[in-house]
Amino acid sequence: MDRLEWSDGSLMSGESHIDQQRGVGIYDGHDKTSFDFGMLSVTSHRLIWRDHRNRNSVIALPLSLVVYLEEQASGFAKSAKIIVHLKPAPTNKPAGPSTYSAHSYIRLSFRESGEREMLRSLNEALQARKWEQHVPVSQPTSQLSARHRPGIVGIERSIQQKNTNTNKKITVAFEDLSKLIDQAKEMVSLTRTIATKIKEKQGDITENETRKFKSYLLSMGIPNPVTRETHGTGDKYYTELAKQLASVLTQPVEECGGMMTLTDVYCRVNRARGMELLSPEDLLHACELMEVLHLPVRLRTFDSGVLVLQSQSQDEEKVISHTTQYVEEHGFSTAEELAQSIGVSVLLAKERLLLTEKVGGICRDETVEALKFFPNLFLTQPA
Amino acid sequence: MADFEWPWQYKFPPFFTIQPNLETRKKQLEAWCSLILSYHRHTKSYSLNITEAQSSPLFYNKSLSRKLHVDGIYTILDELNKKGHIEWKDKSKKECLIMWRTPGEWGKTIYKWADDKGMKNTVCTMYEITNGEDSEDTEFHGLENWLLLRSLKCLQAEGKCEIMAGNEGVKFF
Repeated sequence: MDRLEWSDGSLMSGESHIDQQRGVGIYDGHDKTSFDFGMLSVTSHRLIWRDHRNRNSVIALPLSLVVYLEEQASGFAKSAKIIVHLKPAPTNKPAGPSTYSAHSYIRLSFRESGEREMLRSLNEALQARKWEQHVPVSQPTSQLSARHRPGIVGIERSIQQKNTNTNKKITVAFEDLSKLIDQAKEMVSLTRTIATKIKEKQGDITENETRKFKSYLLSMGIPNPVTRETHGTGDKYYTELAKQLASVLTQPVEECGGMMTLTDVYCRVNRARGMELLSPEDLLHACELMEVLHLPVRLRTFDSGVLVLQSQSQDEEKVISHTTQYVEEHGFSTAEELAQSIGVSVLLAKERLLLTEKVGGICRDETVEALKFFPNLFLTQPA
Repeated sequence: MADFEWPWQYKFPPFFTIQPNLETRKKQLEAWCSLILSYHRHTKSYSLNITEAQSSPLFYNKSLSRKLHVDGIYTILDELNKKGHIEWKDKSKKECLIMWRTPGEWGKTIYKWADDKGMKNTVCTMYEITNGEDSEDTEFHGLENWLLLRSLKCLQAEGKCEIMAGNEGVKFF
């Protein structure tokens, strides 16, 4: 019994758990001890016994002290036991539950059976002799803690060190990007000078060419995109953004037939902004403000839920009369035909037709082939 | 049905799609109602079976390859029902009675005819009215019995005739 030592129950470095069994008592030779009912674990290095009721009561036996094992079968009112024959205790042994024992063996009593499995595991552990591979098994925990600087200062220092490391990594990663931004700035200033030159020599270049060139410039970039950094957050940001969107988009929207779906707007704007991309939400918020700000383009929601930016000059009645006229001229029309003829997307053409239908300008012919729209003879022709 | 004169709407493809626009739909339904009634007047038929009707030229314009969907047929028949021109034979709405004239209108026509023929205060049989020689050139020649009886009941309610017991004869006042 004097070979056993107190333990905190944790495993040492290199030590691995093998097996465990509950309901095990320990005998000092033939004598019962207070370590009567607990969990016995076998590790590669030790036998560890943990009390069921008192979790802090943990004792361990290094397997290096085991000479051999003996099995004692269970009998009437007697549980099976394993007799563990031990070497004499080493002189520098850590403190244990007893300092002296008359016996050179202890017995493990398996009250809830499981002795077979335990014996096998123990024998395996003894044969493996893992404890010999790691010589400095003693006091591994103190070594580990020595590396850490204790206290708040230590924690702060380690955080600081981590931060510097991340910063370094980020700078390296974004070095190329900032170079790209610098060059983009040059490009933008270049386009500006070209633009002013064009203005000066307006006579030499035709109107059409100027416009074409300007549209190229536009797709190259917005010189000073409104960002959260430059214009803050919240309403101010959205207001400025709305103004910029309006000034940039008025011309293209006009060219698209007075209407542009918000998806198209999103693509165009982000292509023009280049680096400072807009989120769909920001774009939508900004567009919602256009009406309040009396800008030349407005957000409009069709009954179907399709969102478009509409030029203010785009009069609803004009659209309706145009569409009605188109349908009357062609006898009937599908959304596709209308889209091709007036140069808008099919989605928008359909919206126009539906709008016109809503006011009774045209009526529909729904077949499996297509949805065609006819002049509304129901209302115009006498019955 | 060569001699039936189809209205212009019949050759107009959107006629076969129930229009979503309320104003347009109203006009469309009106056109359909009058087409159905005039068609039945022309064929002198007094009932309509929904299943058969779907393939009849009334709802299926072969030259245009347009067909009114069965939902559309019901929409129109419901409209006619509201106006009192049709009556469902049963709750499953598979077949309906068509009165291209309402019993009240029929009653007036019959009463006028009886008046013209000097048949007031005499008793005449039901058969005589619908199948007799005297009524050969009238619209109600061949009128089905149920409709005739209903028309006469309308007249009776106005006190213009009296239906004899057994529903075989009638006396105009």
